[in-house]
Amino acid sequence: MSAAQNVRPRKPRPREQRSRTASAALHTALVAASVVAVFPVLFIVYVSLRGRDGWQEPTRWTGLDLSNYTHILGETKFLTWFGNSVVVALGTTVLGVLISATAGYAVSRMRFPGHRPLMWTFLVVQMFPMAVLIVPLYNILGELELLDSYAGLIVTYCSVSVPFCAWMLKGYFDTIPAEIDEAGRVDGLSPFGTFWRLVVPLARPGLAVTGFYSFITAWGEVAFASQFMSSEEHYTLAVGLQTFVGQQKAEWGLMTAAAVLITVPAAVVFFVAQRHLVAGLTAGGTKG
Amino acid sequence: MATVVTTVRRSFSTHWYAWAMVLPVVIVLAVLVGYPLGKGIYLSFTDANEANVARTIGVNHIEATYQSVGLDNYWKVLSGQEGHFYSRLGWTVVWTASCVFLHYTIGLGLALLLNRPMRFRALYRVLLILPWAVPAFVATFSWRLMFNEKYGVLNAFLTKLGFGSVDWLGDATLQKVSAVAVNVWLGVPFMMVAILGGLQSIPRELHEAAEMDGATPWQRFVHVTLPGLRTVSGTVILLGVIWTFNMFQVIYLLIGQGAGSESEILVTYAYRLAFQGIRDYAGSATYGILILSLLLVFAVFYRRMLARNEKEGVAVR
Repeated sequence: MSAAQNVRPRKPRPREQRSRTASAALHTALVAASVVAVFPVLFIVYVSLRGRDGWQEPTRWTGLDLSNYTHILGETKFLTWFGNSVVVALGTTVLGVLISATAGYAVSRMRFPGHRPLMWTFLVVQMFPMAVLIVPLYNILGELELLDSYAGLIVTYCSVSVPFCAWMLKGYFDTIPAEIDEAGRVDGLSPFGTFWRLVVPLARPGLAVTGFYSFITAWGEVAFASQFMSSEEHYTLAVGLQTFVGQQKAEWGLMTAAAVLITVPAAVVFFVAQRHLVAGLTAGGTKG
Repeated sequence: MATVVTTVRRSFSTHWYAWAMVLPVVIVLAVLVGYPLGKGIYLSFTDANEANVARTIGVNHIEATYQSVGLDNYWKVLSGQEGHFYSRLGWTVVWTASCVFLHYTIGLGLALLLNRPMRFRALYRVLLILPWAVPAFVATFSWRLMFNEKYGVLNAFLTKLGFGSVDWLGDATLQKVSAVAVNVWLGVPFMMVAILGGLQSIPRELHEAAEMDGATPWQRFVHVTLPGLRTVSGTVILLGVIWTFNMFQVIYLLIGQGAGSESEILVTYAYRLAFQGIRDYAGSATYGILILSLLLVFAVFYRRMLARNEKEGVAVR
């Protein structure tokens, strides 16, 4: 292995050398872990390509066909649900990141009365089981006539994602030197101008992580969506998918095709954001 | 009086900017978390259910007729008269502990493996974080298909290898094992990425110095790596416990919405109380408040423990 031979000419550095056995063991372990991580995903893709009843014989080879996909796209409300999920997830991401960024910045840079309790609130709110909130929220949204609407679901999701995002962004803003703000102020920018023009562009990795978090939270939420979105026209994907595999029927072929189509946008967002994940998570998440 | 007004005015004029910037978040949290929480606490002291809350049927508006019952709900739940609170709590604790333990150890192991120069490192990293990119409900449904007794791929493999097929989701114990497996599969990437970041922030010099002093790899791991990860670990374990304790999707979608399942954790049970059968809003709120109190107590003790460890660590050094 080149990794084993690729030793710098200086004195022995055992940590960077590996015997062939160690190398082999390392790669075996990682390959095994990768197989466990990837297998379920590939398996679902495979089942989805095998027609409506292909799932019943997972180990027997019969050709591939796209009938599940054509059926999903042509004869169910999948596209409507997909659109709903996109609207809700994007709405949550934009609104959530925007308000948590301003709050995170204020908490990071300005000392004001209420600053500490606010940080505590961000942490404590994450402990709220949705079970305690869901009934009162249902009533509130009912009174505001926001049940079964995009806006109702978006603000609900914001209340879930904002505390975590604000907490993490605060940590991220802390790592940006305050001299940058001061320079901006000297040049005559308002505090908000400093934030918007100088700090936000520098905080892109942190914003990417929180945006990703908001998007995935909204894209995959089940409990609120199942109760709040009552008409089939307004189902999100998480609710719609349950209709394929219910008490009476089990259309696993259609389910898998839908699962693949649902995962693709999430995965795209994920891999765009993942370059920033390590940087953003460590800067923000570790400074409680 | 006048001084108070001036103080308020002065503090407003210096802080209004900060307040304006946090205002949206405060409003969202107050309306959507604070108020519902208050209402939830209130409901937990009443006998509210579907039949007696205020509702509108057609054009008729029916006023709420539920009454306060004091601590009765809590007494019923905590004395074990209703809902098998303690057995559910026990399983929830086992579920949380085993999931977080496996998340953390597997995540740490993989992060250690990934944190060294080697071929295909970027590829391994991408493959290993893939489960994170899959929405939890999709992953849960996929696993449900793989666990399927008659047609699932796991049983197909087992049969090929000569073992009998196993009822993964029907048997009470296996159900729990399956749920833990799915949640571990979902949660490891987050831990791995966070710990990897922590590992990379440990200065190389520390490892080199330990090596010069003749520390074995295991000693380096115990005395350099683990202390260096302390802050990251503290945060991710706290978050992991909170998230797993409240993990709704995996249990609800994997084990199903069937009534009376023993494998339900507190959160899914509270949800079922509120939305299935005769909707028991008061009971659900009571469970919710109890879950919240348990987590709060845990978080306070946990943080205190971390702070004490920190002090001892400094003293030793």
